[in-house]
Amino acid sequence: MNAFLRNLTPTQQVAALFLIVFGVLTVVSIGTLLVGFRERRNAAHGEAWLREFTDFRALLRTTWFMVVVFWIGWALGPGVATLLFAFIAFFALREFITLSPTRRGDHRSLILAFFVVLPVQFILVGTARFDLFTVFIPVYVFIAIPVVSALANDPSHFLERNAKLQWGIMVCVYGMSHVPALLLLSFPDYEGKSAFLVFFLVFVVQTCMVVQHLIARRYAYLPADTADAAPSGPHGTLQRWLAREPFAPNVSRSFNWVSWGVGMAIASVVGALLSFITPFKFGQALAMALIACVAGSMGHLVMKALKRDRGIPNWGQKGVGVTGANGLLDRVDALCFAAPIFFHSVRWYFGV
Amino acid sequence: MFAAKLLGWVLLGVVRLLTGAQARWWGCPPKAEQRIYFANHQSHLDLVMIWAALPEELRSITRPIAARDYWANTPMKRWITTEVFNAIYVERGGTPPPAEEGAPPPDPMAPLQPLVEALTSGDSIIIFPEGTRGHTGEPQKFKSGLFTLAEMFPDVVLVPAWIDNVQRVMPKGEVVPVPILCSVTFGAPIVLAEGEERRAFLDRARDAVIALQFV
Repeated sequence: MNAFLRNLTPTQQVAALFLIVFGVLTVVSIGTLLVGFRERRNAAHGEAWLREFTDFRALLRTTWFMVVVFWIGWALGPGVATLLFAFIAFFALREFITLSPTRRGDHRSLILAFFVVLPVQFILVGTARFDLFTVFIPVYVFIAIPVVSALANDPSHFLERNAKLQWGIMVCVYGMSHVPALLLLSFPDYEGKSAFLVFFLVFVVQTCMVVQHLIARRYAYLPADTADAAPSGPHGTLQRWLAREPFAPNVSRSFNWVSWGVGMAIASVVGALLSFITPFKFGQALAMALIACVAGSMGHLVMKALKRDRGIPNWGQKGVGVTGANGLLDRVDALCFAAPIFFHSVRWYFGV
Repeated sequence: MFAAKLLGWVLLGVVRLLTGAQARWWGCPPKAEQRIYFANHQSHLDLVMIWAALPEELRSITRPIAARDYWANTPMKRWITTEVFNAIYVERGGTPPPAEEGAPPPDPMAPLQPLVEALTSGDSIIIFPEGTRGHTGEPQKFKSGLFTLAEMFPDVVLVPAWIDNVQRVMPKGEVVPVPILCSVTFGAPIVLAEGEERRAFLDRARDAVIALQFV
């Protein structure tokens, strides 16, 4: 089996990967559909189960969407993939700006951010100008944005407004642009297989986020007086062990070091097991996955703090919505933080 | 005709890309009955937003009003407004200011005439009863046109609408819009009560619009 896979051309290997992912998704979707049918005919489960089922289906839809996007990106070449990520960055930045109050004086800066900085950054990525695209936003744009704001002649909350805009650009545009940049790294003996690197990063970071999310949901922290009521047996032990007090309750009600550690461990091992699709060895893949997950999960925490500051539970507009762009930032923020760190770690360590 | 349709599609795409153009049918479903939508007015783009937020089937039977001095000052804008938006031109400040107690208003019917024609022919309309764009978040006092129309067409459903965030997309005096999510919230219809005073009704209508920004 392994020898067979190694004998395939890189293109065939990537195609095989997509085939496997699509296959697994199809099986899971059909299973979900059947369970849904059975449930509709004779409801055997309670309300809590139904809620979880609905959540799961939403997650499945998102996964399908993302996989299809990646597949299109890969099938049509790095240029189209870069364009796709540019659009994701655009929608993410749109959500970020919508929920960060701006004033009239910011109008020109916003135009600069959306219609100049974003396209230029992704063009630099698409043309593989690595030396310029890593400094374009942190150096040039960092100066340009406040200059445009100052020229708008509105000093009130000046630092705050500019900080918000700079942050939005840094996270949504700069962070996101490092994902397609991975496609252009050239490792020796790894030509044509960079799509695997993107898959590796996205899969590992998403695994870590999903594991943490599931732990938080399954083993919610109970205040001390009700904790005694936890059932005995393996579930009770897990409950006692995983349901810790949140470390920073004002920022995140679910974050604690134990479940974070479990998420890191699982995602790193998954990354190490995926080492055969990357140019890394087993240990290197473990370390790279760990680096990406630490950056991603910490970044997610930072975005939670920003959300709390704005008094909103998620980046979707007012909790309702069908525009399709709602809550996008919630899904990609970990990736936005993980990608630059991962990209630069890889470049520095392997000297590519 | 084809050009107008094509431009309509392009415009719809651009508006959705920039603002999401999300419609929230909070107080009533989208329905093909004859309606007067009345909304807050903060930007020239309000017209475009509410046009884009309506579903395809309602868009063709709903005519927004457009201020003649802004929307008809170039041939291009005039063409878009009439062919794509199917808008009704009104003179700015077209509805007269509320008259003093007792004194009859000068001639309330003249500026409303195009709206009356549209309603008589069975179309729904979108109006901005503030008359002019507000500078603050709070809508200004409503002008009496809404009351006159409600009296003349008691069978037409009056739907309040709150257009959120549009002033950030394109503030007064700017020409390039920026991408910011906007939404239009449609509220529960209001009815003109038997013998209700003009001012009381207009204030009630204004409150109904304002209340929608918090749902």
